[in-house]
Amino acid sequence: MVEKVKVRIDGEVIAATAGQTILEVARANSKYIPALCHMEGLSATGACRLCVVEVSGVAKLVPACTTPVAEGQSVVTSTPQIESYRKIALELLFAERNHVCAVCVSSGHCELQALAQEHGVTHVRYPYSCPRLPVDTTHPRYVLDHNRCILCGRCVRTCAEIEGAHVWEVAGRGIGSRLVSELQRPWGEATTCTSCGKCVQACPTGAMAEKGWAVEEMTKHKTVVSRLTSMREGS
Amino acid sequence: MTTKTTPKATADAPAGRTLHIHPVSRIEGHAKITIRLDEQGQVADTQFHVTQVRGFEKFVEGRPYYEMPSITARICGICPVSHLLASSKACDSIMAVRIPPAAAKARELLHMAQFVQSHALSFFHLSAPDLLLGMDYDPAKRNVAGLLEEHPDALRDGIALRKFGQTLIERLGKERIHPSWTVPGGVNNPIDPSVRDKTLAELPGAMAIVGRTLAMWKKAVDGYPAEIESFSNFPTMYCGNVGPDGSLRLYDGNLRFVGPDGAIVADQVAAADYATYIAEATLPNSYLKAPYFRPVGFPGGIYRVGPLARLNVADRTGTPLADAELAEYRQRYGRIVQSGFHYHYARLIEALHGLERIGELLDDPEILGTKVRAHAGVNNNEGIGVIEAPRGTLIHHYKVDDNGAMTWANLIVATGHNNLAIGRGVEQVAKRFVNGSKIEEGALNRVSALVRAYDPCLSCSTHVLGQAAVVLQLEGPDGEILDEVGTV
Ligand code: SF4
Ligand code: SF4
Ligand code: FES
Repeated sequence: MVEKVKVRIDGEVIAATAGQTILEVARANSKYIPALCHMEGLSATGACRLCVVEVSGVAKLVPACTTPVAEGQSVVTSTPQIESYRKIALELLFAERNHVCAVCVSSGHCELQALAQEHGVTHVRYPYSCPRLPVDTTHPRYVLDHNRCILCGRCVRTCAEIEGAHVWEVAGRGIGSRLVSELQRPWGEATTCTSCGKCVQACPTGAMAEKGWAVEEMTKHKTVVSRLTSMREGS
Repeated sequence: MTTKTTPKATADAPAGRTLHIHPVSRIEGHAKITIRLDEQGQVADTQFHVTQVRGFEKFVEGRPYYEMPSITARICGICPVSHLLASSKACDSIMAVRIPPAAAKARELLHMAQFVQSHALSFFHLSAPDLLLGMDYDPAKRNVAGLLEEHPDALRDGIALRKFGQTLIERLGKERIHPSWTVPGGVNNPIDPSVRDKTLAELPGAMAIVGRTLAMWKKAVDGYPAEIESFSNFPTMYCGNVGPDGSLRLYDGNLRFVGPDGAIVADQVAAADYATYIAEATLPNSYLKAPYFRPVGFPGGIYRVGPLARLNVADRTGTPLADAELAEYRQRYGRIVQSGFHYHYARLIEALHGLERIGELLDDPEILGTKVRAHAGVNNNEGIGVIEAPRGTLIHHYKVDDNGAMTWANLIVATGHNNLAIGRGVEQVAKRFVNGSKIEEGALNRVSALVRAYDPCLSCSTHVLGQAAVVLQLEGPDGEILDEVGTV
């Protein structure tokens, strides 16, 4: 039996189902919370911290995508403190790799870029780490540019949970973390990759793209991937 | 001992000293000119050195080749379209595709728009202060503000002509500065009929501007005998693209080299064979390589590119009005025009040709063709793209691995080809106008004006992201820097 709970989001009392996350409930009720590593149809990992919200009685901000609703909970989706945390999270993503939007295939269609614009990120207050990172061009149809990867893991979960091939994994720790395909083999040599391209569609940035598109030409279709889950669930 | 002085109108230069021009104003890029005086205070020698570091080739290593058009378009804010096109052609050749005819025409249209706006910028915005106000005009007012006072009509014309070209680029590329419309394999969208109609409606106005400006310049040009005589007025070879019939080709053609007397020394050289004819020397004082005509060797094989060279190389322009102007130009100065001062005149004739081509292309029904892009992967591990940029021949040469990752890149830009000629021109002009005992501001300006006649774009020549300036310095026989003059 589904257990009903009542929560408050930005003051409005909302009826939800136990087990739903704050993000799910908010979205279902047209309350906006930004999200980046979260994608409908995939498990939630709370990797990017963009969806942080304030919950009554909890001292620190919590990610809405992984926090379940609870009876009597009161959630605030936006305060100056929350906005400044989100902005810091975005700036750190830019500082960590080499994002040159002017020459990027995804410019104009990039979730990171759009969120940065939305949050007024006009400059980055942290020193850029400018790592020297490779571009994996070995796959015949797709390309992975580590310079633009934000390690959101959407490709990892898409491949593992939807395609069932589990080609992708994140290896290394902290700043040294890297997306790897099949035990560090180049993508083009990964024997488990079915070349379905769903990871590319799920990737929010220009890190994964179809080969051959020029700057600003790569548009993604993540809903196609999300829809697969709901269709399989037969809902 | 080294002394540095701030820019001033007149500098007293004691004997045995060197003058560095630093920066040459109103040009793009970063370079330094050194003029060394001997003990008698006469010009001993000069150097034109570009001071920026390279790094572009390294930067693109490992990137997918099809990103090159947008990356190279960003290395220069002044002629992005030229890089976009040369790079796209190099990519076409890596893909081994012949782009659809409508795409080739669309690209040429974009290129002509860039020609018109670039030549307008060079003539009106950058050089008109010297040309219309005079080389010895008060330096404080020898600029756009001075033009506004004395020649408001010319200034208005310049702005309008540049706007005509920019507007067309914008309409085609949907973005003013860095159109991402040109892509490997063609263009990413067919041309909308409204673009054709609007542009055709504006074309007569643009033609009238160039007509007026040519008429004005033809009257004014003979007032500059000393500049004509000393602005790189020496024999060199010339290089440019021509069609199968020897007519001027700016987007698609084959290279032709002519000797100082106009004799054709190499003709119909395909892009892929450029290296048989062009070699590059590294100069001790410059990061800008110096290309030369390989069969003749270095430094004898010095050649020039750009408007002056193209009109020397081509038999005709191929469009009626520009051909009539070309005939008059040749009647005045001969079949081969040697003085670098006439880059200005040649530029105006080319602007007219560009406008005529825009008209011809837009009148061609195929310009609206909807098949505009060929898709392909890597079919060649090497690709070379050559076009005539407004400033001269532009070569993009790439090597890629089987996956399409860049392994090597070489760009030879117009200012590179002209590097040696600019250097020698600086010497000639310095010897004519710089007199060791006292250096007039007008002399400094003429050195800068010589460099500007070539319309160099030094930021892309040195492959540096961004732009900077140029410097003129005075140096003693033992190398001490005595004066540094910036004509910012
Ligand atoms: S991935 Fe997004 S943020 Fe990064 S360079 Fe590309 S457009 Fe910019
Ligand atoms: S490649 Fe794309 S989807 Fe995968 S982790 Fe990086 S940014 Fe996320
Ligand atoms: S969307 Fe919640 S942590 Fe990324």
